[in-house]
Amino acid sequence: MVTLQINGRTHEADVPDDMPLLWVLRDVIGLTGTKFGCGMALCGACTVHLDGTAVRACVTLVSSAAGRAITTIEGLSPDGTHPVQVAWRDLNVAQCGYCQTGQIMQAASLLGQTPDPTDADIDAAMSGNLCRCGTYTRIRAAIKRAAAAMGGAS
Amino acid sequence: MSRTPRAELIITNLSRRSFLMGLGAGSLVLAVGLPVLGRAGEEQRKYAGEGMPHGLRDDPGIFVAIAADGTVTIICHRSEMGQGVRTSLPMVVADELEADWSRVKVMQAPGNEPLFGNQDTDGSRSMRHHFMSMRRVGAAARRMLEEAAAAQWNVPVAEVEAVDHEVLHQPGSRRLGYGELASAAAALPVPARESVKLKDPAKFRYIGRGEVGLVDNLDITTGKAQFGIDTRLDGMLYAVVARPPVYGGKLESYDDAETLKVPGVLKVLTLAAAPVPSEFNPLGGVAVIASNTWAAIRGRDALKIAWDDGPNASYSSDTYRATLEAAARQPGKVVRNVGDADAALSTAAKRVEAEYYIPHQAHVSMEPPAAVARIADGRCEVWAGVQAPQTTREKVAKHLGLPFENVTVNVTLLGGGFGRKSKPDFAIEAALLSRAMGGRAVKLTFTREDDLANGYLNTVAVQRLEAGLDANGMPVAWLHRSVAPTITALFGPDPRHEAPFELGMGFVDTPFAVPNIRLENPEATAHTRVGWFRSVFNVPHAFAIQSFVGELAAAAGRDPKDYLLDLIGPARRIDPNSLPDNWNYGEDPAIYQVDAGRLRRVVETVAEAAGWGRSLPKGRGLGIAAHRSFVTYTAVVVEVEVSDAGEISVPRVDIAVDCGPQINPERIRSQMEGAVIQGVSLATVSAATFKDGRVEQRNFDGYRVTRIDKAPREIHVHPVPAENYDQPLGGVGEPGLPPVAPALCNAVFAATGKRIRALPIGDQLLA
Repeated sequence: MVTLQINGRTHEADVPDDMPLLWVLRDVIGLTGTKFGCGMALCGACTVHLDGTAVRACVTLVSSAAGRAITTIEGLSPDGTHPVQVAWRDLNVAQCGYCQTGQIMQAASLLGQTPDPTDADIDAAMSGNLCRCGTYTRIRAAIKRAAAAMGGAS
Repeated sequence: MSRTPRAELIITNLSRRSFLMGLGAGSLVLAVGLPVLGRAGEEQRKYAGEGMPHGLRDDPGIFVAIAADGTVTIICHRSEMGQGVRTSLPMVVADELEADWSRVKVMQAPGNEPLFGNQDTDGSRSMRHHFMSMRRVGAAARRMLEEAAAAQWNVPVAEVEAVDHEVLHQPGSRRLGYGELASAAAALPVPARESVKLKDPAKFRYIGRGEVGLVDNLDITTGKAQFGIDTRLDGMLYAVVARPPVYGGKLESYDDAETLKVPGVLKVLTLAAAPVPSEFNPLGGVAVIASNTWAAIRGRDALKIAWDDGPNASYSSDTYRATLEAAARQPGKVVRNVGDADAALSTAAKRVEAEYYIPHQAHVSMEPPAAVARIADGRCEVWAGVQAPQTTREKVAKHLGLPFENVTVNVTLLGGGFGRKSKPDFAIEAALLSRAMGGRAVKLTFTREDDLANGYLNTVAVQRLEAGLDANGMPVAWLHRSVAPTITALFGPDPRHEAPFELGMGFVDTPFAVPNIRLENPEATAHTRVGWFRSVFNVPHAFAIQSFVGELAAAAGRDPKDYLLDLIGPARRIDPNSLPDNWNYGEDPAIYQVDAGRLRRVVETVAEAAGWGRSLPKGRGLGIAAHRSFVTYTAVVVEVEVSDAGEISVPRVDIAVDCGPQINPERIRSQMEGAVIQGVSLATVSAATFKDGRVEQRNFDGYRVTRIDKAPREIHVHPVPAENYDQPLGGVGEPGLPPVAPALCNAVFAATGKRIRALPIGDQLLA
């Protein structure tokens, strides 16, 4: 039995210690906004925050997440109004949308650490998040828009 | 032609299921297609949407419901995979209906083509085929609301007008909201199609404006969007399948002792192998059922399996490339012959020849194939992101031995499709596994490794071109051999030639002004499942042809853009019927010609917008390419930078698109942006290769796709406006892709003098 703090709530899960957090979230707890894409930390679709920092849930053992603040896309904001979410909607970033929850979590983590990211910062932070539809130019623009909205950009 | 009154226009407070079931029950018999204008004793060939299975429907009772509170619910019967169809098609209905978009809800149709008309979401056809029928849906419903208001006020219907979610009677300054009128309107007969008056396009509120946000934006950005893989049902089990790694292989033996020790694993069972050609059938193998996906994956990892690899065990990309090259160097089946190419070649002032190689491409949609199925009381219900829900339903019914009516296919959002999810093998697997588990809900997930190992890859091709140039450097002879295994090998007994729908994808329909042309299609044998991939055979055809144009321009010492325009020749419309085996994308040749003028125009548009001819620093170059596909015309200018070390980057891409009238310009832009990035990906890094019958790439470390740091920093989309909304629509989802790779490689040549003839570029430029 592992005790998890997810989006400010406590969850008990009867799962093996070495089960990746991704599958605990999706299959056991039912938070399906965190996506499966590769299982090897190659695509970023499963990005969540551990204590505010982006990690890949598919290679994060559930035991290592116990006792830490886990934030998933469902808990990024109470009503979908995090500036990154708003910017994503304003620019209609999504095509199929599948990777976008991971992209948003990664972008939110980036802006948490780097309020006014350069293109190089964006490349470094976001190149682990694949999008097969090809929304990268809008992702870049949305990150800059969110940065401005958060007061980071000059 | 009048129609029966319909009660379905009004539905309030019903669940999604009962809503759709209710609609389905009464609507079947009334669905009518366009009249067939056949000559006596001869069946008229049908084109466009009417030429697709089950044709088109335009009955508002099928697609529109208005609640008493005025909420308008519009059914989207096409699958959403990122092209924006759940926004764009309902937006068309809403516009003709004079509905306020903020009061519109979109509901996804389950698979039911007898009711909804064709639902095959492929071929860049949704808006192209359904724009007019969706306009008629909205216009007919608007008319019914106007008639209901006129009757209530006892005034002539000519005096009332629907405007912005209410009907107005100007002389009497009266108004009634749609919610107030819905019940009465629903009792009226649906107006005959001929009497439905479409809006004046000048009054369009949404069509052509691109100001409507995506209907799924909030769900997508908050994690609430439901893809097939996100389906959760009570008591659901989770499954993965170990499938034969070689196409045509079979299970020889397996040992599941270690698997059954994995906590959470509940059962191991076998699925029968599909005979080759396997069509859309599952390949068989060993399934592991568990209480969660991870346990199922771990359990599968612990299986010990011996496969009989079968006849394709020696399929290896290196040797197969040599096989294709050998075929391309010999004469093959002539598929188009104009003049005498051999004679003209022998007397040409200069001869140029080149061979191009385009490897298999994998779709790798970010959501891998996944489906949930449940069986109870002789009925099967499926939840999956599928591009062909009707086919899925038919195939599931067949595999389970159930009547078609007893299968429901709920269409979720697709986490990318690109053609992979036109094949319902994964949904069939879920249904078979549910049956094996006594009908319990089972979620079947392809891991990324499964997606790559057991996909339906784009064809692999060698394209050989030879041209004879005159003293001015223009071709007097053009010989092109296309060698590529055909998709029809999925269905038939070893076909070895491209089918008309493949030849017609940018091969026989290339509109170059060359007096002597011979196009040949030598034999090729498929050794894996070749399937539809975004733009399909246009990818290899366009890469070779547009690269070769660049080579000829260089040989002639000409500017590539000017040379391309000269090769296209004067503006003219070529009758598709004059091009043998030309599929013409299923469109009426009387409406859709091969229009050299439109191809010229996208070239001229993109060249001007991209600043063609501008001076660039050392190591940078511009390349251009143009192509007609899916009855749309696109041209691309790519700017590349190649570092001294041979690292390639793409600072900017411009793309011009002429797809006829632009219904949702915002999504046209996003589709072009996405196609550009997918094109950069296949040009630079993506390839699926085989060794010993097996795909060598297992995950995104092996099968590479472009990431944000290597994506074009700027993409500029330049839509070419249509004269009016009466012009025929072209496709949008696919046409952006084919010219990207050749434009990029032409840019590499401009930057470095190095000619890329095999994709992907990979490390070919590294110093």
